[in-house]
Amino acid sequence: MKPIYVDNNATTQVAPEVMAAMLPYFREYYGNPSSMHTFGGQVGPKVRKAREQVAELIGANADEILFTSCGSESDNTAIRSALASNPEKRHIIISRVEHPAIRSLTASLENQGYRVTEIPVDSQGHLNLEKLQESLTPDTAIVSIMWANNETGVIFPLEKIAEMVHRHGITFHTDAVQAVGKIPINLRNTTIDMLSLSGHKLHAPKGVGGLFIRKGTKFSPFLIGGHQERGRRAGTENVPGIIGLGAGCQLAKKNMDQENSRVRKLRDHLEKELLYRIPNSLVNGDPLQRLPNTSNISFEFVEGESILLMLNEFNICASSGSACTSGSLEPSHVIRAMGVPFTMAHGSIRFSLSIYNTREEVDFIIDKLPPIIERLRLMSPFGSQGNKAACTLQ
Amino acid sequence: MWEYTDKVKEHFLNPKNIGEVENPDGVGDVGSIACGDALHLTFKLDEQGRIADAKFKTFGCASAIASASALTELIKGKTLEEAEKITNQEIANYLGGLPKEKMHCSVMGQEALEQAIASCRGTEVQKAEGEVICECFGVTDKEIERAVRENNLKTVEDVTNYTKAGGGCERCHDDIRKLIAKVQGETAPEEKKPLTNIQKIKLIEETIEREIRPSLRQDGGDIELVDIIGNRVQVATRGACAACPSAPITMKNLVEAKLREFVSPDLVVEEVSS
Ligand code: FES
Repeated sequence: MKPIYVDNNATTQVAPEVMAAMLPYFREYYGNPSSMHTFGGQVGPKVRKAREQVAELIGANADEILFTSCGSESDNTAIRSALASNPEKRHIIISRVEHPAIRSLTASLENQGYRVTEIPVDSQGHLNLEKLQESLTPDTAIVSIMWANNETGVIFPLEKIAEMVHRHGITFHTDAVQAVGKIPINLRNTTIDMLSLSGHKLHAPKGVGGLFIRKGTKFSPFLIGGHQERGRRAGTENVPGIIGLGAGCQLAKKNMDQENSRVRKLRDHLEKELLYRIPNSLVNGDPLQRLPNTSNISFEFVEGESILLMLNEFNICASSGSACTSGSLEPSHVIRAMGVPFTMAHGSIRFSLSIYNTREEVDFIIDKLPPIIERLRLMSPFGSQGNKAACTLQ
Repeated sequence: MWEYTDKVKEHFLNPKNIGEVENPDGVGDVGSIACGDALHLTFKLDEQGRIADAKFKTFGCASAIASASALTELIKGKTLEEAEKITNQEIANYLGGLPKEKMHCSVMGQEALEQAIASCRGTEVQKAEGEVICECFGVTDKEIERAVRENNLKTVEDVTNYTKAGGGCERCHDDIRKLIAKVQGETAPEEKKPLTNIQKIKLIEETIEREIRPSLRQDGGDIELVDIIGNRVQVATRGACAACPSAPITMKNLVEAKLREFVSPDLVVEEVSS
């Protein structure tokens, strides 16, 4: 049976168009863009084209795009650059639900003497803007808030947040790895200083990412060496990857409408049916202000890994924010930050769809999951009431 | 995703003995929903006092379900005395091993069994009281010490794998490290320096005076140290002991045992006449 892949917030398949765009740059046009000869010269324009494609997707100028190796490198570059450019400032603000690429970095910076404030979220996953406002100080070097959450899909009002931060003259960065390609982004209308994106979340390959750096933003490179990327990042360019990223961005622009209508409809169908068929289940995060492809559902009295492995028996590949699969023992920090009770938090499953998912696949999940939950609840010392309780669908 | 053995997968996908035994003789409940796993074990004895039926309910991951299923299989047909010897390691072995991060699931099985046996006997599990070291998972110093001792754990990560302590905010890591050092210190006592002859003689005299003579005197007997040659301790019996047919047993079971315990395990006691 072909796997039903609904874990697209983890990674996506490389689109055939993207693959086709990349292939010649492995075998025929493998020159180094820094070389003086024709062979190297052949790839330079293609890299430039990719830069334009990325810029176009997010409403930026091509020279504001820096290619990196991944979203984590973009995040590291942005934050370290802001700190290096403001050496007298020792304060960093992030949200409590940031991705580990940000959280682990700021935790390590904390050990080096920086102060980190984490802004809490409410039960729907919304950022506490008042708390953010209060936390801005003359000592704050950078505020980094994600655009959309990878686990729940909740979208933050980024333009508003950037505006608020900007008024204090503080650098603002956003990890937009999950948002880019899924929702319209136009940086021209915002005061965002830096934005991270990643190839493999939008059907381009793994190992390539981008960082938008607004013209005029003070910048200090993270990787030092050669003069590539106009001295902003050393290291020979990942040419096929960059071309793939460009193609992926172009494709995402083309598919945005479909993502926002067909994929959203599929996701809503999945969600509605699961909530209807499975008592004591609940969607985590704001029901409306969410990425169109993401659904994070908690099933009370059962544990996420068990659900996931039973789904896997039907070749359904989803993911769990539960402790057991992540290597940590506590439920996902995102779900806990929203105050979801433990009875629910341990049994959360994330379905993240893509344009390649079909109605048949979603119906198959709707068919297979309820008996799994029922079976696990029958097995659970807390669970028998879970199966009988009234449906929580309003 | 964790790497599971086929046996774990089999017991997870087709667990044996799910449910609750009617009118159980033994009931064990461990874990909590906050911690992410819980186990409810029930069993019934037959007329010979053997576990005739055992069932479980569990909330937890694949390892927790498989461990509980394995546990019920392991205890069936055993007497309480036999069942209480089952360790968490045996549960894990039965499953062909568990990922080290999941060993706490087998520990949960062992604890539920202890509790069920205690409830059957009408006693309570000696819940090692103690101070909560890990707030996130409510684990006490005594529980950590026991896990370290029984499984020879060496690192904080090991302790987390077996007890969950330290798997959350990590604030308790320093305390866990201290507990590991403490227990490891107990189990590997510092190499004792060999006693000098004078120290040895003094210690033997003190031990006779303190540990041996009072009990012999109670029965109207006594003992006298005659000589010490290497590890041979020569003594002479006095009073009632001199005429007692059980004197050789007393020499072995009391005199030699005490001297070995308090002075050196190499000592041999000889009775001489003087
Ligand atoms: S107190 Fe032990 S992990 Fe938080």
